[in-house]
Amino acid sequence: MNEQHHIVSHRKLAGVWLALLALTALTVWVAHLNLAVGHVWGSLAIACLKSGLVIAFFMHMKYEGWLLRWLLFMTLVILAIFIGLTFFDVLYR
Amino acid sequence: MTHSQHKDNAGAKLGMWLFLFTELLLFGGLFLLYAVYLSRYPQGFTTAGREMHIVFGTANTAILITSSLLAAMSVTAIQRGERRQALWFLGGTILCAVIFLTNKYFEWSAEIGHGFYPDSPRLATAPPGESAFFSLYYMTVGLHGLHVVIGGSLLAWVAVKVKRGSIHSGDYVLLENATLYWHLVDLIWIFIFPLYYLIL
Repeated sequence: MNEQHHIVSHRKLAGVWLALLALTALTVWVAHLNLAVGHVWGSLAIACLKSGLVIAFFMHMKYEGWLLRWLLFMTLVILAIFIGLTFFDVLYR
Repeated sequence: MTHSQHKDNAGAKLGMWLFLFTELLLFGGLFLLYAVYLSRYPQGFTTAGREMHIVFGTANTAILITSSLLAAMSVTAIQRGERRQALWFLGGTILCAVIFLTNKYFEWSAEIGHGFYPDSPRLATAPPGESAFFSLYYMTVGLHGLHVVIGGSLLAWVAVKVKRGSIHSGDYVLLENATLYWHLVDLIWIFIFPLYYLIL
Protein backbone atom coordinates (compact mmCIF):
# COMPACT_ATOMS: atom_id res chain seq x y z
CA MET A 1 0.00 0.00 0.00
CA ASN A 2 2.79 2.38 -0.82
CA GLU A 3 0.64 4.64 -2.94
CA GLN A 4 -1.53 5.54 0.07
CA HIS A 5 1.46 7.24 1.64
CA HIS A 6 2.31 9.28 -1.38
CA ILE A 7 2.69 12.91 -0.40
CA VAL A 8 2.29 15.52 -3.12
CA SER A 9 4.60 18.42 -2.32
CA HIS A 10 3.28 21.97 -1.93
CA ARG A 11 5.54 23.01 -4.77
CA LYS A 12 3.96 20.51 -7.16
CA LEU A 13 0.44 21.51 -6.09
CA ALA A 14 1.29 25.18 -6.63
CA GLY A 15 2.58 24.29 -10.10
CA VAL A 16 -0.74 22.63 -10.94
CA TRP A 17 -2.56 25.70 -9.60
CA LEU A 18 -0.54 28.00 -11.88
CA ALA A 19 -1.27 25.73 -14.84
CA LEU A 20 -5.00 25.83 -14.02
CA LEU A 21 -4.98 29.64 -13.82
CA ALA A 22 -3.08 29.86 -17.11
CA LEU A 23 -5.61 27.53 -18.78
CA THR A 24 -8.45 29.66 -17.39
CA ALA A 25 -6.86 32.76 -18.94
CA LEU A 26 -6.42 30.85 -22.19
CA THR A 27 -10.05 29.71 -22.29
CA VAL A 28 -11.31 33.29 -21.70
CA TRP A 29 -9.02 34.51 -24.48
CA VAL A 30 -10.15 31.75 -26.87
CA ALA A 31 -13.79 32.71 -26.23
CA HIS A 32 -13.01 36.27 -27.31
CA LEU A 33 -11.69 35.10 -30.67
CA ASN A 34 -15.16 34.17 -31.96
CA LEU A 35 -14.07 31.20 -34.03
CA ALA A 36 -17.68 30.13 -34.69
CA VAL A 37 -18.05 26.46 -33.66
CA GLY A 38 -14.31 26.01 -33.17
CA HIS A 39 -14.24 27.77 -29.83
CA VAL A 40 -16.96 25.51 -28.39
CA TRP A 41 -14.74 22.47 -28.89
CA GLY A 42 -11.66 24.45 -27.89
CA SER A 43 -13.31 25.54 -24.62
CA LEU A 44 -14.44 22.00 -23.87
CA ALA A 45 -10.97 20.62 -24.62
CA ILE A 46 -9.42 23.13 -22.20
CA ALA A 47 -12.05 22.24 -19.57
CA CYS A 48 -11.20 18.53 -19.99
CA LEU A 49 -7.51 19.29 -19.62
CA LYS A 50 -8.17 21.34 -16.47
CA SER A 51 -10.31 18.63 -14.90
CA GLY A 52 -7.63 16.08 -15.78
CA LEU A 53 -5.11 18.12 -13.79
CA VAL A 54 -7.49 18.45 -10.82
CA ILE A 55 -8.28 14.72 -10.80
CA ALA A 56 -4.67 13.58 -11.28
CA PHE A 57 -2.93 15.83 -8.76
CA PHE A 58 -5.39 17.54 -6.40
CA MET A 59 -7.47 14.36 -6.09
CA HIS A 60 -4.38 12.12 -6.11
CA MET A 61 -5.73 9.86 -8.86
CA LYS A 62 -2.25 9.64 -10.38
CA TYR A 63 -1.12 7.82 -7.24
CA GLU A 64 -4.15 5.55 -6.80
CA GLY A 65 -4.34 1.88 -7.70
CA TRP A 66 -5.97 0.27 -10.71
CA LEU A 67 -9.43 -0.07 -9.08
CA LEU A 68 -10.22 3.63 -8.73
CA ARG A 69 -8.70 4.47 -12.10
CA TRP A 70 -10.74 1.75 -13.76
CA LEU A 71 -13.94 2.91 -12.04
CA LEU A 72 -13.28 6.49 -13.13
CA PHE A 73 -12.77 5.30 -16.67
CA MET A 74 -16.01 3.28 -16.55
CA THR A 75 -17.92 6.32 -15.25
CA LEU A 76 -16.65 8.43 -18.11
CA VAL A 77 -17.53 5.68 -20.60
CA ILE A 78 -21.07 5.49 -19.19
CA LEU A 79 -21.39 9.27 -19.44
CA ALA A 80 -20.14 9.17 -23.03
CA ILE A 81 -22.66 6.43 -23.96
CA PHE A 82 -25.37 8.47 -22.28
CA ILE A 83 -24.50 11.60 -24.27
CA GLY A 84 -23.80 9.72 -27.50
CA LEU A 85 -27.09 7.80 -27.55
CA THR A 86 -29.11 10.88 -26.62
CA PHE A 87 -27.61 12.84 -29.49
CA PHE A 88 -28.12 9.92 -31.82
CA ASP A 89 -31.80 10.35 -31.05
CA VAL A 90 -31.91 14.16 -30.98
CA LEU A 91 -29.96 14.76 -34.19
CA TYR A 92 -31.59 12.10 -36.36
CA ARG A 93 -35.15 12.30 -35.18
CA MET B 1 -1.46 2.51 7.38
CA THR B 2 -0.42 0.86 10.62
CA HIS B 3 -3.04 1.71 13.19
CA SER B 4 -4.11 -0.35 16.18
CA GLN B 5 -7.82 0.21 15.52
CA HIS B 6 -9.34 -1.52 12.53
CA LYS B 7 -9.81 1.09 9.86
CA ASP B 8 -10.38 0.42 6.21
CA ASN B 9 -9.04 3.58 4.63
CA ALA B 10 -8.99 2.15 1.12
CA GLY B 11 -12.64 1.15 1.55
CA ALA B 12 -13.58 4.59 2.87
CA LYS B 13 -11.96 6.25 -0.10
CA LEU B 14 -13.55 3.80 -2.55
CA GLY B 15 -16.95 4.62 -1.06
CA MET B 16 -16.32 8.34 -1.46
CA TRP B 17 -15.24 7.93 -5.07
CA LEU B 18 -18.32 5.83 -5.88
CA PHE B 19 -20.45 8.64 -4.49
CA LEU B 20 -18.51 11.20 -6.53
CA PHE B 21 -19.16 9.14 -9.68
CA THR B 22 -22.91 9.39 -9.06
CA GLU B 23 -22.43 13.15 -8.70
CA LEU B 24 -20.63 13.25 -12.03
CA LEU B 25 -23.57 11.46 -13.65
CA LEU B 26 -26.03 13.83 -11.98
CA PHE B 27 -24.31 16.94 -13.33
CA GLY B 28 -23.56 15.07 -16.56
CA GLY B 29 -27.33 14.77 -17.04
CA LEU B 30 -27.72 18.53 -16.60
CA PHE B 31 -24.91 19.21 -19.08
CA LEU B 32 -26.59 16.82 -21.49
CA LEU B 33 -29.84 18.78 -21.18
CA TYR B 34 -27.87 21.94 -21.89
CA ALA B 35 -26.37 20.39 -25.02
CA VAL B 36 -29.75 19.16 -26.30
CA TYR B 37 -31.45 22.52 -25.77
CA LEU B 38 -28.49 24.36 -27.28
CA SER B 39 -28.85 22.28 -30.42
CA ARG B 40 -32.60 22.88 -30.47
CA TYR B 41 -32.55 26.64 -29.75
CA PRO B 42 -29.13 27.93 -30.82
CA GLN B 43 -30.49 31.46 -31.33
CA GLY B 44 -32.24 31.83 -27.98
CA PHE B 45 -29.31 30.30 -26.12
CA THR B 46 -26.87 32.72 -27.72
CA THR B 47 -29.03 35.75 -26.89
CA ALA B 48 -29.48 34.60 -23.29
CA GLY B 49 -25.82 33.59 -22.88
CA ARG B 50 -24.70 37.08 -23.87
CA GLU B 51 -26.47 38.38 -20.74
CA MET B 52 -24.10 36.49 -18.45
CA HIS B 53 -21.48 38.43 -16.49
CA ILE B 54 -18.14 37.02 -17.58
CA VAL B 55 -16.27 38.91 -14.83
CA PHE B 56 -18.24 37.13 -12.09
CA GLY B 57 -17.70 33.80 -13.81
CA THR B 58 -13.96 34.29 -14.28
CA ALA B 59 -13.44 35.57 -10.73
CA ASN B 60 -15.34 32.63 -9.29
CA THR B 61 -13.31 30.23 -11.42
CA ALA B 62 -10.05 31.63 -10.03
CA ILE B 63 -11.47 31.53 -6.48
CA LEU B 64 -12.54 27.89 -6.77
CA ILE B 65 -9.22 26.82 -8.31
CA THR B 66 -7.40 28.53 -5.44
CA SER B 67 -9.68 26.92 -2.87
CA SER B 68 -8.98 23.54 -4.45
CA LEU B 69 -5.24 24.18 -4.17
CA LEU B 70 -5.60 25.07 -0.47
CA ALA B 71 -7.69 21.93 0.16
CA ALA B 72 -5.06 19.75 -1.51
CA MET B 73 -2.33 21.49 0.51
CA SER B 74 -4.17 20.76 3.75
CA VAL B 75 -3.91 17.04 2.97
CA THR B 76 -0.18 17.35 2.30
CA ALA B 77 0.24 19.28 5.57
CA ILE B 78 -1.61 16.68 7.64
CA GLN B 79 0.38 13.86 6.03
CA ARG B 80 3.53 15.63 7.19
CA GLY B 81 2.07 16.03 10.67
CA GLU B 82 1.78 19.82 10.46
CA ARG B 83 -1.60 20.33 12.03
CA ARG B 84 -1.54 24.11 12.39
CA GLN B 85 -0.62 24.52 8.76
CA ALA B 86 -3.42 22.16 7.73
CA LEU B 87 -5.88 24.26 9.73
CA TRP B 88 -4.75 27.46 8.00
CA PHE B 89 -5.20 25.83 4.60
CA LEU B 90 -8.66 24.57 5.53
CA GLY B 91 -9.59 28.03 6.80
CA GLY B 92 -8.45 29.48 3.48
CA THR B 93 -10.56 26.97 1.57
CA ILE B 94 -13.66 27.85 3.58
CA LEU B 95 -12.96 31.57 3.12
CA CYS B 96 -12.85 31.00 -0.65
CA ALA B 97 -16.19 29.19 -0.42
CA VAL B 98 -17.70 32.19 1.36
CA ILE B 99 -16.29 34.64 -1.20
CA PHE B 100 -17.64 32.44 -4.00
CA LEU B 101 -21.13 32.45 -2.51
CA THR B 102 -21.00 36.21 -1.90
CA ASN B 103 -20.14 36.75 -5.56
CA LYS B 104 -22.99 34.44 -6.49
CA TYR B 105 -25.36 36.50 -4.38
CA PHE B 106 -24.41 39.72 -6.19
CA GLU B 107 -24.48 38.01 -9.57
CA TRP B 108 -27.93 36.50 -9.05
CA SER B 109 -29.25 39.77 -7.60
CA ALA B 110 -28.11 41.57 -10.74
CA GLU B 111 -29.68 38.95 -13.01
CA ILE B 112 -32.95 38.82 -11.12
CA GLY B 113 -32.93 42.65 -11.13
CA HIS B 114 -32.73 42.53 -14.92
CA GLY B 115 -35.81 40.34 -14.99
CA PHE B 116 -34.10 37.02 -15.59
CA TYR B 117 -35.63 34.46 -13.31
CA PRO B 118 -37.88 31.47 -13.93
CA ASP B 119 -41.36 32.53 -14.99
CA SER B 120 -40.44 36.23 -15.04
CA PRO B 121 -42.52 38.52 -17.30
CA ARG B 122 -39.43 39.29 -19.38
CA LEU B 123 -38.68 35.62 -20.06
CA ALA B 124 -42.35 34.74 -20.57
CA THR B 125 -42.47 36.94 -23.67
CA ALA B 126 -38.97 35.97 -24.85
CA PRO B 127 -38.37 33.14 -27.34
CA PRO B 128 -38.44 29.65 -25.72
CA GLY B 129 -34.67 29.19 -25.96
CA GLU B 130 -33.99 32.07 -23.59
CA SER B 131 -36.20 30.81 -20.79
CA ALA B 132 -34.80 27.30 -21.30
CA PHE B 133 -31.30 28.72 -20.90
CA PHE B 134 -32.12 30.56 -17.69
CA SER B 135 -34.07 27.64 -16.21
CA LEU B 136 -31.11 25.35 -16.81
CA TYR B 137 -28.71 28.00 -15.56
CA TYR B 138 -30.51 28.47 -12.25
CA MET B 139 -30.96 24.71 -11.86
CA THR B 140 -27.34 23.77 -12.59
CA VAL B 141 -25.64 26.67 -10.84
CA GLY B 142 -28.10 26.48 -7.94
CA LEU B 143 -27.37 22.79 -7.44
CA HIS B 144 -23.67 23.57 -7.68
CA GLY B 145 -24.09 26.36 -5.11
CA LEU B 146 -25.80 23.88 -2.80
CA HIS B 147 -22.73 21.66 -3.18
CA VAL B 148 -20.51 24.63 -2.24
CA VAL B 149 -22.55 25.12 0.94
CA ILE B 150 -22.40 21.41 1.81
CA GLY B 151 -18.70 21.15 0.94
CA GLY B 152 -17.84 24.23 3.00
CA SER B 153 -19.77 22.91 6.02
CA LEU B 154 -18.10 19.51 5.63
CA LEU B 155 -14.65 21.13 5.60
CA ALA B 156 -15.52 23.24 8.67
CA TRP B 157 -16.57 20.09 10.54
CA VAL B 158 -13.37 18.34 9.48
CA ALA B 159 -11.32 21.37 10.55
CA VAL B 160 -12.78 21.10 14.05
CA LYS B 161 -11.71 17.45 14.13
CA VAL B 162 -8.21 18.41 12.99
CA LYS B 163 -8.04 21.02 15.74
CA ARG B 164 -9.16 18.50 18.35
CA GLY B 165 -6.56 16.05 17.14
CA SER B 166 -8.88 13.23 16.06
CA ILE B 167 -7.61 13.73 12.51
CA HIS B 168 -3.81 13.47 12.43
CA SER B 169 -0.94 12.18 10.31
CA GLY B 170 -1.83 8.56 11.15
CA ASP B 171 -5.55 8.81 10.40
CA TYR B 172 -6.72 11.44 7.95
CA VAL B 173 -9.05 9.62 5.55
CA LEU B 174 -11.95 11.84 6.65
CA LEU B 175 -10.01 14.94 5.64
CA GLU B 176 -9.06 13.28 2.37
CA ASN B 177 -12.69 12.42 1.58
CA ALA B 178 -13.92 15.90 2.47
CA THR B 179 -11.31 17.47 0.19
CA LEU B 180 -12.23 15.00 -2.57
CA TYR B 181 -15.80 16.31 -2.34
CA TRP B 182 -14.48 19.86 -2.51
CA HIS B 183 -12.41 19.10 -5.61
CA LEU B 184 -15.55 17.72 -7.25
CA VAL B 185 -17.24 21.07 -6.65
CA ASP B 186 -14.30 22.71 -8.44
CA LEU B 187 -14.39 20.12 -11.20
CA ILE B 188 -18.05 20.77 -12.00
CA TRP B 189 -17.49 24.52 -12.06
CA ILE B 190 -14.68 23.99 -14.59
CA PHE B 191 -17.40 22.82 -17.01
CA ILE B 192 -20.13 25.24 -15.95
CA PHE B 193 -17.83 28.19 -16.61
CA PRO B 194 -17.22 27.68 -20.37
CA LEU B 195 -20.73 26.33 -21.04
CA TYR B 196 -22.66 29.18 -19.45
CA TYR B 197 -20.24 32.11 -19.55
CA LEU B 198 -17.93 31.64 -22.52
CA ILE B 199 -19.11 29.70 -25.55
CA LEU B 200 -22.31 31.57 -26.34
